[in-house]
Amino acid sequence: MEKDRKEGIRGMANPGRYGIERVAYWLMRITGLGLLAYFIGHIYETSSLLDGKAAWNSMLELTQTTEGHIFLALVIGMCVFHTGNGIRLMIAEAGFGFGKARRPDYPYTPSSLNMKNKLCIYVSIGLAALAMMYGLGVMYDV
Amino acid sequence: MAAIFPVSSQEKHEKTKPSAKSITLRISKFNPGKDHAPTFLEFPVSYEKWTTVLDAILEVKNYHDHSIGVRYSCRQAMCGSCGMIINGKPKLACFTKISELNSNVVTVEPMNNFPLIRDLVVGFERMFSTHKRIKPYIVREDSEISSGTKEFLQSPEDVEKYIQFAGCIKCGLCNSACPTMATDSTFIGPQALAQAYRYIADNRDQGKDKRLRIIDERHGIWGCHFAGSCSQVCPKGVDPAMGIQLLRGYLLGYKK
Repeated sequence: MEKDRKEGIRGMANPGRYGIERVAYWLMRITGLGLLAYFIGHIYETSSLLDGKAAWNSMLELTQTTEGHIFLALVIGMCVFHTGNGIRLMIAEAGFGFGKARRPDYPYTPSSLNMKNKLCIYVSIGLAALAMMYGLGVMYDV
Repeated sequence: MAAIFPVSSQEKHEKTKPSAKSITLRISKFNPGKDHAPTFLEFPVSYEKWTTVLDAILEVKNYHDHSIGVRYSCRQAMCGSCGMIINGKPKLACFTKISELNSNVVTVEPMNNFPLIRDLVVGFERMFSTHKRIKPYIVREDSEISSGTKEFLQSPEDVEKYIQFAGCIKCGLCNSACPTMATDSTFIGPQALAQAYRYIADNRDQGKDKRLRIIDERHGIWGCHFAGSCSQVCPKGVDPAMGIQLLRGYLLGYKK
């Protein structure tokens, strides 16, 4: 017998085949890793203060480019989505928002994938997009 | 009284005429003991509105390639034997009509996150052992069959609390779709966790604390990230994701 036919990291690909909840799971992972990378980079950036004002200013200039603005906009988006979806998950994982268990009738519609949950995911994505647009507006003085 | 009209041979022919619709069925072939890598065999299969993927596989097995390994039994989504990946998603082959797939190519592969035995057949040993681990039976001191006790009565409301989760046929589709199972070999899995909830929610049961101790670990209930894919693919409406989150409610003290 072969060892487990593990889907592994390939399971992260094509999240849409399992619906918006799997997309949210995928985004939560990606944004979590992205924010961790930003956090590490942020510590490195702020530690440049120890080398004096000139070093700090030259570090800040990195974010004053188009690439820097796009990067910061992505950080804003990741932060807002991760927060919004994180609150949804904390509430859901405490067992709230599903209603009561009941005898299922065909064509079985899972209570855990209800509209309240889907709406929270769409709102989190929408808020992240809005925050990114606002952030870009501020950075480009629009 | 209803009138009976003889059916002409022309009409008979029309009714039994095979469908013009056909698909290409791609079947994964791999024997871990002999082959180096999986290959896909392609077969043209004609189908009717009611033809299931299992019907198509069995037609290929009967008339084209007898060596195809496939497990099946009841053909009516009750035994849970014919779970497989159909066009990228875990489904029961007997419960999936070709006409509903809206594709000219139907690809069938063995389920993910299970050890492969051969072709479309996977081993269920691990799933059955995790299922047993959560004590899938009523735990209590007294018994319905010992003298001096009567049957444990339940109200319809009591039954409603767990009946949804009692519908599990152990087909393994939830474990196959689970993204945590995909990367964590020691995760207990949505099937076993949903069954833990099924017995904890049963008011005849007194084994709640024992079961919560078993699942309260990193590779137990806390390994679930609520992607909901298990509930998405469950063919019986069990909704394992809901059971797992309700179970967390017990562990976090929000539910008694």
